[in-house]
Amino acid sequence: MINHDIVIIGGGPAGMAAAIAAYDAGIKDTVILDREDSIGGILRQCIHNGFGLHKLGRELTGPEYADVFAKQVYERGIKVYTETMVTDLTADKVVTATNREGILKIQAKAVILAMGCRERSRGALNICGSRPAGIFSAGTAQKLVNCEGYAVGKRVVILGSGDIGLIMARRMSFEGAKVEAVCEIMPYSGGLTRNIVQCLEDYNIPLYLSTTVAEIHGKQRLEGVTIAQVGPDRRPIEETKRYIPCDTLLLSVGLIPENELTRTAGIPIDPVTNGALVDENRQTAIPGIFACGNVLQVHDLVDYVSDEAEIAGNGAAAYLKGELDKKATVSTKAGYGVRYVLPQTVSALSDKPVSLFLRVANPYGKVRFTVKSGDQVLATAVRLKAVPGEMEKINIPAEKLALASGEITVSLEEL
Amino acid sequence: MTRNLTCIICPRGCSLVAEINGNEVKVTGHTCPKGEQYAIDECTNPVRTVTSIVRVTNREDTMVSCKTENPIPKDKIFDVMAIIRSTTVEAPVSIGDVLCDDVFGTRVIATKEIK
Amino acid sequence: MIYDVLIAGAGVVGGMVARELSKYKLSVCILEKENDVAMGASKANSGIVHGGFDPEPDTLKAKLNVAGVEMLYEAADQLNVPYKKNGSLVCAFGASEEPAVHELYERGLINGVKGMEKLSGDEARKIEPRLSEACTLALHIPSAGIVCPYQLTLSAIGNAMDNGVELKRNFEITDIEKTDLFTVTSYKGETVQGRYFINCAGCYSDEIAAKAGDCSFNIIPRAGEYLLLDKTEGETVTHTIFQVPTPEGKGILVSPTADGNLLTGPTAAVVETAENTEITQNGVDTVIKFAAKSVPSVQFRQVITSFAGVRSSEKNGDFIIEASKKVDGLVNVAAIDSPGLTSCVAIARYVVGILEDIGLALDAKDNWDGTRVNTHAFREMNDEEKDAYIKANPAYGKIICRCETISEGEILDAIRRNPKALDVDSVKRRTRAGMGRCQGGFCSPYVMKLIAKEQGIPMEQVTKKGEGSYIATGKI
Repeated sequence: MINHDIVIIGGGPAGMAAAIAAYDAGIKDTVILDREDSIGGILRQCIHNGFGLHKLGRELTGPEYADVFAKQVYERGIKVYTETMVTDLTADKVVTATNREGILKIQAKAVILAMGCRERSRGALNICGSRPAGIFSAGTAQKLVNCEGYAVGKRVVILGSGDIGLIMARRMSFEGAKVEAVCEIMPYSGGLTRNIVQCLEDYNIPLYLSTTVAEIHGKQRLEGVTIAQVGPDRRPIEETKRYIPCDTLLLSVGLIPENELTRTAGIPIDPVTNGALVDENRQTAIPGIFACGNVLQVHDLVDYVSDEAEIAGNGAAAYLKGELDKKATVSTKAGYGVRYVLPQTVSALSDKPVSLFLRVANPYGKVRFTVKSGDQVLATAVRLKAVPGEMEKINIPAEKLALASGEITVSLEEL
Repeated sequence: MTRNLTCIICPRGCSLVAEINGNEVKVTGHTCPKGEQYAIDECTNPVRTVTSIVRVTNREDTMVSCKTENPIPKDKIFDVMAIIRSTTVEAPVSIGDVLCDDVFGTRVIATKEIK
Repeated sequence: MIYDVLIAGAGVVGGMVARELSKYKLSVCILEKENDVAMGASKANSGIVHGGFDPEPDTLKAKLNVAGVEMLYEAADQLNVPYKKNGSLVCAFGASEEPAVHELYERGLINGVKGMEKLSGDEARKIEPRLSEACTLALHIPSAGIVCPYQLTLSAIGNAMDNGVELKRNFEITDIEKTDLFTVTSYKGETVQGRYFINCAGCYSDEIAAKAGDCSFNIIPRAGEYLLLDKTEGETVTHTIFQVPTPEGKGILVSPTADGNLLTGPTAAVVETAENTEITQNGVDTVIKFAAKSVPSVQFRQVITSFAGVRSSEKNGDFIIEASKKVDGLVNVAAIDSPGLTSCVAIARYVVGILEDIGLALDAKDNWDGTRVNTHAFREMNDEEKDAYIKANPAYGKIICRCETISEGEILDAIRRNPKALDVDSVKRRTRAGMGRCQGGFCSPYVMKLIAKEQGIPMEQVTKKGEGSYIATGKI
């Protein structure tokens, strides 16, 4: 058993930013454990641009954004265990990991969970038909194309309009594939509007809403799919079925936070976010265990992942310095039109402003968000539009937060 | 002529309206100056940044990611891709290394380090 | 080369027959049409060791099932294939279904099933708390169990190969000529010869028999669809929960699997051919509806994959295991549907008996080794053992499949050991890499690389499941 002050599980954008923040807050014995051969996480395969506008003020590609943080990690001399997979975490903060040297057991004083998320697979969708080769989750295809340099198909249908799917529609087009259709089962897209414009419209790729892949055909390699419009029950409508020949089906049907270790440690999970329940420092229900990034809630912008990770890194440092006292906590609640609010609890005694992150339940035009506790309005925010695919952030000033008690509700009204 | 556009500069995705009168473009709906410029460019000379990969010949199964240093004309995307596809590079590669010179007025540079 | 025995079909029956025959000084070759073993019903069934209450008394099924249970556990012990004697419950939901439970109990007594007991609904819920409130009577069979069917097949064939049996894959039989010898030709034109021919070709056993000149039976292929749930749901039930057959259906089971998942299914639809392993909306709906009848709290949101297997049956309902009356030296082992898995070792020994009856000389080897190192050996070690093992073999410290925690070392084992995994799905069945909740999303590119490297082929030639199922379509 070895000892470290802070153990960060995962060296993607969340883990890197958390490590830097914790180190800069004075906890030098901070280490990162990552299962890949270098840090950077999934950003290394996201070779497209669009990262960093909020956080760094310039537009970078995924690998460049990752490099900015990786350099800072190495400049500080933060220890990184690569090709090291954490297999167990206890509530007492004993981290068990495996690498080529053997089994590593670390007693941590604080732990930051930054394991990221995984893609929902075909299995979870119960798509009818056969099980040939040529069906990939969009991220797997992205890795094969961008990191390994292999083409995965020539005629493509994409199920789900999540951002990775949209990005891959363009990427496959770049490499000479014909993308026949993007099908989205919901009446609206799950991806960012800009990606629909620059990844689909630029290349005349049709996006079919309220449409799904009903059947998969082909024994060895995919030969085609049957797509169909869906009814209000989201089941295929027989008369609308249509066959599209294709050799590749990419799935971009949602991301699931990878909280296996979180569960192992006995940390309670929010059934809506699928991530841990946290307070404004991103501390979970177990004192000293923090969570940030896509393992906590699936983000659409890496910039916000970095922000959230800094909160967790600073929180873990404050915990070790004994600065996280028990404070008057109030819980946050999703009101009308809001699917969830994070963090799930905040301290009314916070001396800093607190940002609430949330997603709306449906697409809306112009809306006003109102943050209330009892009769007290703590904050309002107007947005020209609000869609489920884009996370919203609302700040509550510290002095307003002091007025909160019991429960804080965020709701929206359509303007 | 009026064109409805969605701004792609940042993830906010503002809905823009561009009124085109000869050489003059009047933009509404933007929330920042970059958005206004985007709409003007999109109506006069639409441009895009192209990102792709280049094979590293002296490393096994290794690709280096790359991008055009500046946006290139939208109708030249596939020409740029053809140039990138015919390019290879030898490691080591640093971020910012030029992989293709003079591509429609800009350069293709590496976005990943290969040791 | 002329083999003493040719076996058509590398399923659990063909595999167990091969293993039994590997005990003797015989040359044996298995002919398999797919790129791996256990590619038919043996890879897609319920994985249940049945107690033996179900078959009609005095049938081969009754005899071999009851005799087979202990033989199966014994073989699984030798082969180090994990199984669990979790017991099963056959449930009646309401008074109209109760007579069936009494009937099965009586039948079980005649068949010689030991330890059965009838439980009231409340008693059943005491040992299986999530069982539906609607259950009023249940038959408890403590000897029943669960075993991973393809793990068993793989291990049996791997062990047979370690003892000298040969395996020819992608050997789809197009022609069988019988003179003194059987001359068997594949669609690629490859030819092998043998003195005896054992037909274990599953859903194709009627076609194979016909090719050899025996048209005495017809196989009815029957598809069963299943939904497999995440390991998080593996403890939903501890017993295998059956329903008594009703006019509405033959009954969908809810069961833990030997690997710790939760399995629900199967449906039973007569299909045209054994290739009909497609998932249908109707099938999925049926599984969900009937599973909920037994255990209302099954969390179908946690389904990680759906699959279908095609079982072979025959109109008389019993196994067909006999020396052909038409063709000398041909032994048909056909229509092996449930309880085929349970009976497989008993079937194999019965077949060896038939072979001896029709003149095959059995001379035991003195160096036969029926044991095999568990494919999951590394996974079952404790941390100290793992640490020592990794220090000696660092590849075991590199985790490739994060969902199931499978290391590079285990994947290399699968690619190198008999029967060698040649494609991505074969690695999955041997190691479980790609079988977890992400279904290979993260690990499949790594697995492809390892296969390419070990076999010395380019990535584009790595397949998902044999010829035609390429994954990468070219280099960029």
